[in-house]
Amino acid sequence: MNGEQVFEDTLAKDQRVEPRDWMPDGYRKTMIRQIAQHAHSEIIGMQPEGAWITRAPTLRRKAILLAKVQDEAGHGLYLYSAAETLGADRGDLTRRLIEGRQKYSSIFNYPTLTFADVGVIGWLVDGAAICNQVPLCRSSFGPYARAMIRICKEESFHQRQGYELLMTMMSGTAAQRAMVQDATDRWWWPSLMMFGPPDAESPNSAQSMAWKIKRHSNDELRQRFVDMSVPQAEALGVTLPDPALRWNADRGHHDFGEIDWAEFKKVIAGSGPMNQERLAHRRRADEDGAWVREAAAAHAAKRSGAQR
Amino acid sequence: MSFDDAYDALTDHDDDTRWAYGTGFADPLAGVPTAVPDGVDPADLVAYSLMLGDDALVMSHRLQQWVTRAPELEDEMAIANIGLDLLGQARLLLSRAGEVEGAGRGEDALAYLRDPAGFRNVRLAELAAEDFAHLVAHLLVFATWRLALLDRLSASRDPVLAAIGAKGVKEVTYHREYAAGWVVRLGDGTEVSHARMRAAAEAIEPLAGELFAPHEIELRLAAAGVAVDPATLRPEFDDVLTQVHQLATLPPPPARDAVTTSGASGRDGIHGPELAEILAEMQELARAIPGGAW
Repeated sequence: MNGEQVFEDTLAKDQRVEPRDWMPDGYRKTMIRQIAQHAHSEIIGMQPEGAWITRAPTLRRKAILLAKVQDEAGHGLYLYSAAETLGADRGDLTRRLIEGRQKYSSIFNYPTLTFADVGVIGWLVDGAAICNQVPLCRSSFGPYARAMIRICKEESFHQRQGYELLMTMMSGTAAQRAMVQDATDRWWWPSLMMFGPPDAESPNSAQSMAWKIKRHSNDELRQRFVDMSVPQAEALGVTLPDPALRWNADRGHHDFGEIDWAEFKKVIAGSGPMNQERLAHRRRADEDGAWVREAAAAHAAKRSGAQR
Repeated sequence: MSFDDAYDALTDHDDDTRWAYGTGFADPLAGVPTAVPDGVDPADLVAYSLMLGDDALVMSHRLQQWVTRAPELEDEMAIANIGLDLLGQARLLLSRAGEVEGAGRGEDALAYLRDPAGFRNVRLAELAAEDFAHLVAHLLVFATWRLALLDRLSASRDPVLAAIGAKGVKEVTYHREYAAGWVVRLGDGTEVSHARMRAAAEAIEPLAGELFAPHEIELRLAAAGVAVDPATLRPEFDDVLTQVHQLATLPPPPARDAVTTSGASGRDGIHGPELAEILAEMQELARAIPGGAW
């Protein structure tokens, strides 16, 4: 069999494509783009929650949040490494991010206004991320699928911590309960947007399904997320901000209202509430660190020269 | 947890062991006797636990402020990790202080409801790092001093302080190694990094003297075999700093005396303006909702 036949055969048998295997250029490009966007999302995603570490209201919550943000840096590092197995370069991918040439999850372009946002991000945003990512543990590209297993385990741990924070806050003062409801109101719709555009308007989906990079459609995963979240919201004692949300016995699923796709497109295009701040922050960290990275390279070069 | 239903994890409470950073942490003080050793004034032990706890809490805050600002992802993880270690040490020490005090104050009451004058950390911990060179210079001095201190503390007659010291030694050994590695890289790297590293090392030196000036409580507890006389840490500290500076092609650190205000310093609750800023940020939310459940 030639490379192409081996590739097709691997997919047909539901086995994994590995970095040194032959693969179509389009597959390689798609994988690099998807993994890089995922890595960028982890790194940008450190900002909204990281902003609350210094202000966390108990030392236990501070430790949990600091560990979570550290996990996100770890996920980013792990994913950039997976992209590097395909010939990409981390520095180059970072440049693409800060120059706005590659995307990250648009959810992180919303602000975190209160500490309840930390809990709701764990519950809904990490929850949606897990729904998206659990099927990717069976993605056809080996390093990505394996990275996803570890990441999903840690994400579900974060989700549980977020939900536990909200449960605790709901047992607190009236002001705290109001904070949880307010945060739920602000994050619910953006969380639904995390699954991407409706299937009819998702340009890359068909090819990604054929390559077994993707396993379920955007709408399928979104529906699953809604069905899972409704009982969670009830247990918590909050109302999801959608008057059209109700159980449909015929479908065996919850019906829900129309997503504001105009807002989604605006945020994707860079006009969300925090797009400029998120990228500017990442750019500043990169620029401020340039002399440090140059120094490390110069030191390493001197040492390898001295050893020669 | 089944990967088919991501939400299983929310109701599944008995699977902590497989998480990299699970909730199933072993209590580092499990089985350690908690009685105050004979011949020790409990008030001294409270004050001393606060000194070492506040050092860690305030330094951790400075590291937390660097999260999302590091030059590389590896450093992002390292800085968060070091901040987390110090936060863990602070929690054990503050809890110990509250327990010996017996007035019903736990770690959070002590962290969030004391004003600057009630904090007993050294001023050095409060410094803000204006660039990465200042951060690693700060961390090198802090970790070198603290490692020498915790190492001796692990032989304390107080079993709780001894256990905290022994646990901390493993952690702070890494903190010192991380900081020293960067001081060498930056000092030896480029002309720009050398100049920045040298300026950072010079900026931190005036506050290093305080680290070795014993407070009367430290002396009383050291005589009782419970605490460490910080003056005894100086030779080890000087050796390490001299070695690191040499590798970093930086001038050797000068010997400095403690800077005090009318004879008082951080251990007495006399701080720089930075501590009030740190506490304003740290305590803001906890104080805004009295009686809140978090």
